[in-house]
Amino acid sequence: MQRYSGFGLLKHSLTHHENWQRTWRNPTPKKEYDVVIIGGGGHGLATAYYLAKEHGITNVAVIEKGYLGGGNTARNTTIVRSNYLWDESAHLYEHAMKLWEGLSQDLNYNVMFSQRGVLNLGHTLQDMRDIERRVNANRLNGIDGEVLDPQQIKEIVPHMDCSDNTRYPILGASWQPRGGVARHDAVAWGFARGADSFGVDLIQETEVTDLIIEDGTITGVKTNRYGDIKAGRVGCVVAGNSSVLAKMAGFELPLESHPLQALVSEPIKPILDTVVMSNHVHGYVSQSDKGDLVIGAGIDGYTGYGQRGSYPTIEHTVQAIVELFPIFSRVRMNRQWGGIVDTCPDACPIISKTPVKNLFFNCGWGTGGFKATPGAGNVFAASLATGEMHPLAEPFSMFRFHDGALIDEHGAAGVAH
Amino acid sequence: MFHIYCPHCAEYREEEEFHAAGQAHIARPLDPEACSDKEWGEYMFFRKNPRGIHHELWVHAAGCRKFFNMTRDTQSYEIKEVYKIGEKPSVVAE
Repeated sequence: MQRYSGFGLLKHSLTHHENWQRTWRNPTPKKEYDVVIIGGGGHGLATAYYLAKEHGITNVAVIEKGYLGGGNTARNTTIVRSNYLWDESAHLYEHAMKLWEGLSQDLNYNVMFSQRGVLNLGHTLQDMRDIERRVNANRLNGIDGEVLDPQQIKEIVPHMDCSDNTRYPILGASWQPRGGVARHDAVAWGFARGADSFGVDLIQETEVTDLIIEDGTITGVKTNRYGDIKAGRVGCVVAGNSSVLAKMAGFELPLESHPLQALVSEPIKPILDTVVMSNHVHGYVSQSDKGDLVIGAGIDGYTGYGQRGSYPTIEHTVQAIVELFPIFSRVRMNRQWGGIVDTCPDACPIISKTPVKNLFFNCGWGTGGFKATPGAGNVFAASLATGEMHPLAEPFSMFRFHDGALIDEHGAAGVAH
Repeated sequence: MFHIYCPHCAEYREEEEFHAAGQAHIARPLDPEACSDKEWGEYMFFRKNPRGIHHELWVHAAGCRKFFNMTRDTQSYEIKEVYKIGEKPSVVAE
């Protein structure tokens, strides 16, 4: 792999930047792999990368029905934080946060991770009780967090309406300074380039049409372009389509796939240098390096695979943003889109073995999977490498819905769930 | 945006008046005490979530506030039919 550096940039400028190596190969798949990963989004590519890098398993294929990172990785609002309430999820998201902090160096690819801080606003007394509890839980878990009062919030975000004179006055917020945003596409591309450099085959525009299961053990996958591909273990990382793949394998998951919409405004001058989220008025906003406001809110209530939602949901989203930032009321919105998120009843993911031997699922991230990309890939890779779940992934078994050990993160999962 | 026919009001109304309430036809176990953890967990949490024809429960929340069933394609979002609670769907996945 050609390493990127300032010197390299200078060197390539001498040849008018015409000799850059392709970022990854476009190989024809082999007949057999040690591990096949279905789904070439951020989580799938991260899984492949860590499988190769940390476990030396390079005979790996990532099979993607579209193009790399074209699903929810390309559609999220790029927020990264780890301020979750319960120990299990806090440890998992904090594991991801620690990987984020060194990710650009590790991948030799600028993922533009910017720790600009995340504010979770409270608008009611109960909000504030929950925020104080969550911040204290975070600190006990070694995760940074502070409870701010409206005056302190005003200092961080001077343009936000922190006055008493609003429908839902801001009473305070939790503040995680290490949270922030990252460039979502670069995350997928960086992991893809890294995985490819270890010899992982990235198979694009190839759909898995069925799973080959013999005596309760998965032995391979059927594809629409390359026929059958044998696999020792299969990791399924397909977000919104998880239930469809599970049906192929003959079981159900406790998931519902919903459209989640987001939108961006026209680019404007720098005005917001942090991330603002509000569960109560129901919206979140940050400003990208390009200058556009990146805005999102809740899922559409019905299930759907169409990667689009309904207009009233967008209307509510924008209402919430204008409630918080009256100054944005005349900003024009540029683009709006939807992704399919697989929501879990307890707002926590499923990283799990399944009733089928050697078939593993990483799904159920719902509306908050982007922030966990490196961490989820890392623990899922460890699980695929050994066949036993990584200790951080252990509590997130799909069988917790049988034994009742749910991890209720509806509070910290925040706005969207 | 859906334009939904409420079988109780016998009128088409806009989606905003309605609230999706998840998968339809989930039968509560007749004897919950006799359920294994697995059976109870599956009744509580596991859902069909198909890509394609789906039978779901809706409520006319800002209208007559009554529940009814809908058969809808979750890929094209086309509403195939609506029918009252207790009735059987006429459009089913093959």
